[in-house]
Amino acid sequence: MTRTHFDQQLENIQEEMLSLALQVEVAMERSVDALSEGDEALAKQVIEDDVQINEKRYEIEETCLELIATQQPLAGDLRTIASVLHIVVDLERMGDHAEGIARVALMMPDEPPIMSYADIRRMAEITKGMMLASLEAFKDRDTKRAREISDEDDRVDDLYDKVLSELLALMTEDKSKIERATHLTWVAHNLERIADRVTNICERIVYLVDGTIGEMNVSKY
Amino acid sequence: MGTLGELNVSDDPAMDFKEPVFALTNVDFWYGTKQALGDITIKFPINRVTALIGPSGCGKSTLLRCLDRMNELIPGVRLEGEVAYHGQDIYASDIDPVEVRRRVGMVFQKPNPFPKTIYENVAFGARVNGYSGDMDELVERSLKQAALFDEVRDDLQKSGLALSGGQQQRLCIARTLAVGPDVILMDEPCSALDPIATLKIEDLIRVLVKDLTIIIVTHNMQQAARVSDFTAFMLAGEDGAGRLVEYGPTQRVFTNPKEKRTEDYITGRFG
Repeated sequence: MTRTHFDQQLENIQEEMLSLALQVEVAMERSVDALSEGDEALAKQVIEDDVQINEKRYEIEETCLELIATQQPLAGDLRTIASVLHIVVDLERMGDHAEGIARVALMMPDEPPIMSYADIRRMAEITKGMMLASLEAFKDRDTKRAREISDEDDRVDDLYDKVLSELLALMTEDKSKIERATHLTWVAHNLERIADRVTNICERIVYLVDGTIGEMNVSKY
Repeated sequence: MGTLGELNVSDDPAMDFKEPVFALTNVDFWYGTKQALGDITIKFPINRVTALIGPSGCGKSTLLRCLDRMNELIPGVRLEGEVAYHGQDIYASDIDPVEVRRRVGMVFQKPNPFPKTIYENVAFGARVNGYSGDMDELVERSLKQAALFDEVRDDLQKSGLALSGGQQQRLCIARTLAVGPDVILMDEPCSALDPIATLKIEDLIRVLVKDLTIIIVTHNMQQAARVSDFTAFMLAGEDGAGRLVEYGPTQRVFTNPKEKRTEDYITGRFG
């Protein structure tokens, strides 16, 4: 006895989820590029593309609900669908965080930056790496890797601390920088939240594989 | 708990039933020379619904019928091992099988009311068992327990066969309840019923289990998931004898089975 059609549908929702993740990855990368390069057009592109990310999330969600209603999934099938349902929400919210960074990029005046964006770029780089690794762990059903990835959130938190301290110092030193510095705290916050959401994805990978639901590496933020 | 042999319950404290209704130990069962059950060791908890699932021929109905000595009605059968009911071996020589069947009622796949009035269907078993109380009260109480009274209160003298399939099945449950069992065995009780009648029986099962123990054989995985507290998955071995593969809390078995064979069966990828 086989369930070829259902197996294909299960495969499809996972493929669609991974494709959504790649859209989000592009949005993350572009948003930080738009900020650090002052590229207004790129920032607008990120904001525009977020509509497609949202739509894709709802499409996948709808397919998952349809599968639950029509196929009565159990055991591993049920856990797969439940995991995809959770992960697409996290991905969509990660897209929103990228959009938030793009909006900040549009708010920044056309002046030299008040600080080096190296640490912000580093945060983005680690976060993106975590996200891509989590997708690989999902495909490989690798819980060990999922746990390792969630531990990397600490590095993002440390950088977040560093960027915040720097920005607070700038604000204290020079009141004219308060507005721009505040905008940059939002950027750092968005990146920190993206890393937290990668941790959520890692939690779902563990649930998918061994059925245990639990919080991983609770962020201090 | 380690008392269930190779069964996959060892890390499941929820399965360590201290005072089970039934405790089967190393039960083997044969129809003539054909072995139908092999080395079954399992405990059924009090006031819980336990579902027996597995493909056709895995021995789940045979196992069910071992619990009320119903299999003995078939010539040439043989049982080895122990079937303890509240600690007492029901196959001991001094045990009256009729008394076992009074305490352990059975509801079958196809509703099988007697060709008698609704009232007599319920009263018959109690009368045969020497019930000397208020029969009208017993009939009403049993029909109410079976969630049927409101539908038949004005038709108690009509034939039980005039009822719908779902009503007939609830009449059979009322008939079983009238003799005061503490266990009801159900062998695919809803397979001949439509979805609404099925849901009524399932609701009834959840109500009845507050006062007694129910063990149900079902081919309907969703039904097992909906109504039972515990689920046992059986599979015939290479020798054709049914064996327990996995036994655990229903929520766990249906979301995260430990055995691949269970996963394959409940997700429809068996065979």
